[in-house]
Amino acid sequence: MKHKWEPESCRDLPYTPIMDRPTTYNKTGVWRTYRPIVDKEKCTDCYICWKFCPDVSILIQEDGSIEIDYDHCKGCGICAEVCPVKAIEMERER
Amino acid sequence: MGKITIPEEEYMHPGHIACLGCGGALAMRYMLKALGKRTMVSIPACCWAIMHGKHPNFALGVPLVNTAFEVTGASISGIRAALDAKGIKDVNVVGFAGDGGTADIGIQALSGAVERNTNIFYVMYDNEAYMNTGIQRSGATPPGAWTTTTPVGTTQDWKKAPKKNMVEIMVAHKIPYTATINIAFPEDFVKKLQKGKDIDGPKFYHAFAPCPTGWRHPPEITVSIAKMATDSNVFPLFEVEEGKYTITRKPKKRIPVKEYLGLQGRFRHLPEEMVERIQREVDREWELLLRKEEYTADF
Repeated sequence: MKHKWEPESCRDLPYTPIMDRPTTYNKTGVWRTYRPIVDKEKCTDCYICWKFCPDVSILIQEDGSIEIDYDHCKGCGICAEVCPVKAIEMERER
Repeated sequence: MGKITIPEEEYMHPGHIACLGCGGALAMRYMLKALGKRTMVSIPACCWAIMHGKHPNFALGVPLVNTAFEVTGASISGIRAALDAKGIKDVNVVGFAGDGGTADIGIQALSGAVERNTNIFYVMYDNEAYMNTGIQRSGATPPGAWTTTTPVGTTQDWKKAPKKNMVEIMVAHKIPYTATINIAFPEDFVKKLQKGKDIDGPKFYHAFAPCPTGWRHPPEITVSIAKMATDSNVFPLFEVEEGKYTITRKPKKRIPVKEYLGLQGRFRHLPEEMVERIQREVDREWELLLRKEEYTADF
């Protein structure tokens, strides 16, 4: 079966609500009550916090250390809870 | 330096509007990590229907279609049929629905999709109530739980009926692969989903995803609670391949169910004898599972 009209991409469709902008500009960091602070001395770079972060807010740097993305971190505290060496502390946001 | 045990690519962007410590967000993150870029997702009304953001913004790196509550099974069948007509073979089609959209409202569409032996993934992320609309009781709510439609108050009217066992319902459909997965064990989660890529036919996953808002626990213990659910045998991890049961995690030290229930505000009202009854029920289910594994060992 050959159709007469074959769109090349979604741009050729009739007007359709298509979502193409990532939510990264949505700064969910303003929701935060408690701020996670990483103690770089204690941190062993095991990446367990990275694994369990529901907001993808723990970034692995090029040198292998971790950094927290405060623009998007909602301060749930999972990272501090799962850290085996307790290198992350939750501090009240001022 | 530690070793990264799950795929490093991210297909879920930060900035989504899930609650603090959401288990469902973790389930989506691991699911996309496991299946990769060539994935299409269909989401009915559930928490994830709003979590990916409002109109021009979108939190996922893969195509997604929002459908009505009842039709996840039908919509993924349709997507697969369209891909087959186009001759595209390497795309994973995933239905990602909550427990209400799977166990109660979406069950007939799902039953039809798996009965037609469509090549799909279906992930039910189980937060044990209709959390998006405000914690109403669903078929997957465990007995004894408080919800807004099973209030406790002076009437002691908590949920009395048992939790619907979706895995057994799917096993009864004789589908090639069924598994339970838990957000507290990401390696196992990713492994089971990647295993499904090589299986032609419907794959059903029951994912355990705690909800701090509805379960009334602090957000930081989401992962610990999910881990305790498996270690107390409330939510055992196992897989069923063509009728053969394999338990993938046998807890070395069993935690009493009381400890798991005690952390959640929704079970705060339970009297001692009810806790003991739940413990007996959990032990019975675990014993049953062990025997199923034993009987089906040489299938």
